[in-house]
Amino acid sequence: MELVIAITIGVLAGSGIWLLLRPRTFQVIIGLSLLSYAVNLFIFGMGRLRVGAPPVLDPSEPANLARYVDPLPQALVLTAIVISFAMTALFLVVILVARGLSGSDHVDSVERGS
Amino acid sequence: MSIDVILLTALIVLPFAGSLVAAFFPTNARNTEAWLAASVALAGLAIAVSFFEPIAAGSVVRAEFEWLPQLGLNFVIRLDGFAWSFVVLICTIGLLVILYARYYMSPDDPVPRFFSFLLGFMGAMLGIVVSGNLIQIVFFWELTSLYSFLLIAYWHHNQNAREGARITLTVTAAGGLCLLAGMLLLGQIVGSYDLDVVLRSASTVTAHPLYLPTLLLIAAGVLTKSAQFPFHFWLPRAMTAPTPVSAYLHSATMVKAGVFLLARLWPVMAGHDYWFWIFTTLGATTLLVGAFLALFQQDLKGLLAYSTISHLGLITLLLGLGSPLAAVAAIFHIMNHATFKASLFMAAGIIDHEAGTRDVRRLGGLFYAMPITAILAMVAAAAMAGVPLLNGFLSKEMFFAETVETHVASALDDALPYIATLAGMFSVAYSLRLIHQVFFGPPAKDLPRTPHDPVLWMLLPIGFLVLTCVLVGIAPQITVGAFLDIAVRAVLGSSTPEYSLAVWHGFTPALWMSLLALVGGIAIYAGLQTYLAGNVDGAPILRRLKGQRIFERAVALASWRGAKGLVQSLGSTRLQPQIVLLLCVTVLAALWPLSKGLIDIRLPRLSEIDKSFLLVWIVGCVCALGAAQQAKYHRLAAVILMGGAGLSTCITFAWASAPDLAMTQLLVEIVTTVLLLLGLRWLPKRQEQAAERATTAPILARRIRDFAIAAVGGAGLAALSYAVMTRPQSYTISANFLEKAYTEGGGRNVVNVILVDFRGFDTLGEIAVLGIVAITVYALLRRFRPARDSVIIPEQKRFQNEFDAAHDQLSKEPISAHYMIVPGLIMRLLFPVVAMMSMFLFMRGHDLPGGGFVAGLTFAIAFILQYIAGGARWVEDRLTVLPVRWIGFGLLAAGGTGIGAAYFGRPFLTSSFQYVDLPVLGRLPMASALLFDLGVFALVLGATVLMLIVLAHQSIRISRATSKAAQPAEGAI
Repeated sequence: MELVIAITIGVLAGSGIWLLLRPRTFQVIIGLSLLSYAVNLFIFGMGRLRVGAPPVLDPSEPANLARYVDPLPQALVLTAIVISFAMTALFLVVILVARGLSGSDHVDSVERGS
Repeated sequence: MSIDVILLTALIVLPFAGSLVAAFFPTNARNTEAWLAASVALAGLAIAVSFFEPIAAGSVVRAEFEWLPQLGLNFVIRLDGFAWSFVVLICTIGLLVILYARYYMSPDDPVPRFFSFLLGFMGAMLGIVVSGNLIQIVFFWELTSLYSFLLIAYWHHNQNAREGARITLTVTAAGGLCLLAGMLLLGQIVGSYDLDVVLRSASTVTAHPLYLPTLLLIAAGVLTKSAQFPFHFWLPRAMTAPTPVSAYLHSATMVKAGVFLLARLWPVMAGHDYWFWIFTTLGATTLLVGAFLALFQQDLKGLLAYSTISHLGLITLLLGLGSPLAAVAAIFHIMNHATFKASLFMAAGIIDHEAGTRDVRRLGGLFYAMPITAILAMVAAAAMAGVPLLNGFLSKEMFFAETVETHVASALDDALPYIATLAGMFSVAYSLRLIHQVFFGPPAKDLPRTPHDPVLWMLLPIGFLVLTCVLVGIAPQITVGAFLDIAVRAVLGSSTPEYSLAVWHGFTPALWMSLLALVGGIAIYAGLQTYLAGNVDGAPILRRLKGQRIFERAVALASWRGAKGLVQSLGSTRLQPQIVLLLCVTVLAALWPLSKGLIDIRLPRLSEIDKSFLLVWIVGCVCALGAAQQAKYHRLAAVILMGGAGLSTCITFAWASAPDLAMTQLLVEIVTTVLLLLGLRWLPKRQEQAAERATTAPILARRIRDFAIAAVGGAGLAALSYAVMTRPQSYTISANFLEKAYTEGGGRNVVNVILVDFRGFDTLGEIAVLGIVAITVYALLRRFRPARDSVIIPEQKRFQNEFDAAHDQLSKEPISAHYMIVPGLIMRLLFPVVAMMSMFLFMRGHDLPGGGFVAGLTFAIAFILQYIAGGARWVEDRLTVLPVRWIGFGLLAAGGTGIGAAYFGRPFLTSSFQYVDLPVLGRLPMASALLFDLGVFALVLGATVLMLIVLAHQSIRISRATSKAAQPAEGAI
């Protein structure tokens, strides 16, 4: 499972980086979203992958890492997901306003020769 | 605390306290301000007088306060004879200047600001002279630069005043920074910053290898402050200050700070040839250049400014000579110069005030109009020229006598008598010019005002100072002997030489030099009289060499052209190269640790991999790659494909024991998709065929480069994450969270307990960010102006409308009326169900997957569904959403819960929990964190709804605006 996730993180990050380098604002927005998937998965993976051990305590069992998966990366990622939504929204509005003002959806707000 | 300590502290604190009080008086309170300032100066003088006995006996009074004990730094107030004489000087001249300023400032000037800054300056100046710690000296030193900036720019509506202030600050504060570095070096060499220790370590300092850099740095500070060549140009520019400021700062105090420090460090550092070479050379140059330039000034204050520069050069030269007798002469001249120059500045101010101009060429014959001022100014100018029976003569003769002696055998030393005599001639010539052109000659006719003597109170300070000049000049030993002795002994200690303060020493070489200077000066002036009366702008020969212009060019070069050139050659305003650089640096920074040794990666066998999971991610990866490929021309497809990758992520979370994450991801996926769909309309159309031109080589190269960066970045991240994930987990704080989640946080869902309790402060910050983003989105869109091609009705809608009009005669309503009738009905019915679901997720959040974030997003989706089903107008006719209030309430609830903990005497955001018996629901755990989570819920709900609604509203707003514009045309038909 680790290998699959790792390759996935690579593919998501690679697609994201590729899009970040593109000239159109919408490409960048999609790129940022893909990159944030990759980063969220990466942080999540730092707590190691376990199946069937959600960090919801059962009073009859000892509360330790042998029984439950690491909850800390999950807490970090949970807020990161919401913040990345906020970032996408802000960025989207900024590019809309920039496009409204300049008439171009190029990242520099100016169409280049090529 | 002994009485001494209290008095010494008061000496420094009183001016600053007075400055603070003075700032709060009404604008026209000239009398009150003057009384306040004068009483502060008087108090300082009284304190100084009260210390006369111990100081005269040669002892040093100290007061010490702990400042930074861990660094061995104390705040030391140290009053010895030298500092004492300066305190007397600062307070006396300060008192006279305050009296003068009371009558100089016009009723329209905002005097509180003036007196406040003046008192502050007085405090800073007193701070320099009584500091017993090197760092502390620098602190007050820079403070005087700041106050002088504020005082010079007092009439800040005047462009010249602002520029003069700026140049002064740049030069003196930069010098102050050098001084700080020099003082730090000095302190390191000695091993202590305490002045008493430093003064005892002369041999250590001069023998140290770091002596030269220390000396150069300190010299930079001293020379800039005392306006020495080549830094002299700021002083003439500072003449834009009100005259009382010039009389105080540029004769007696600020510019004297430099030579004060030079004399202060004289016993420690003067015993080296470098000292002689630096200060004698620059002092002699300044003496000569200043006197020469002064002769050709047309502005009365400009003449005085260059004369001050020249006299300061004289003092620097004397201190540079390194002989004790020269030091005596220097200290004596510091006092004498302060008296005659301050009175001359005040007289210049009166002339400016009464005649309306300071231009020497326009003035003339003022002796008859203002005889008292004229007599006083003439006596002071004579003292400046070094006429016998006035104080200037005494110290100047000491100076001449000193230049004849041999100090460091060299050509410079041999040339000193000639340089001194020549400078003396110029000094006589400009003094004569000042007297002759201003007070004699034909009376000026076209003056802006009719000149006459001012009120007596304004003449009183000048009279006092001029009287001092005369009395000291006639009977030096009786009047000033004791004071000079106190100051000299404090500096020179046991090496104090025998010196005589008599007026008549016989026919010494110095006397002949004095006489020669007088005669030569008169001759020079007589020779140049016609030239000077003409339209002269600056001095001949040196006119082109303007230090100020060089300085301004250098500043412009460094700060403007240099910076611009650097930006142009190294920077780019284009974002793409910037991102390329950023990403490359990031990738390299991540690869760098790998250069020390590769990570060992153990590949698993194919059979270990779960097939269905593999399938999920094959779909995910294809979606991601597809989104990357489609984002340019097929935005809708890209959004859908991106959602596919998001869903794969969501499934991964659910698979790998993170139910909370899976839920959040799913919900965020929904709102993100809605968001992007709402944004699509406002982006320009992009036709694949039209834009598909021949792929040129540069474009291809760029794509290959970008692909390489993306591939390396992605592969690197993949390798790194695989390496970490296949490694056993070492120490983590998570075990602690698991153990304490229930016992201390009162919840079973550890993720939620971490969010709302253990790391509640982080969460508070995060929801604040979310709220800010939502408000920013709202603000940005309030004045949204879409591009013209986005405003017209979309093609699809137009097509449908036309089709309806042609085929369905019965339907007169626009397309939106029948839009999604059946799903819309279901969505409307779902509203309470989704809302209930949201409440359920919220309530169970502390113990089971759920919580404020998830619940907030769910509720937001309930609203969004209504908007999708009915349209914004339909929903807002029926529901009042008020998302901004939700945001406010959320922040208040979350922050308030945190502050609530303080009510019980606990730290911010401490939570408590207990079981509560509720009717119907039964026994429930109630944690205060639940209230915090409620805040999170409200904020997430408000922020999400606000962002989506304002974006959705743009379509209505724009169509309303266009239909308004179109209506008159329709009406006409």
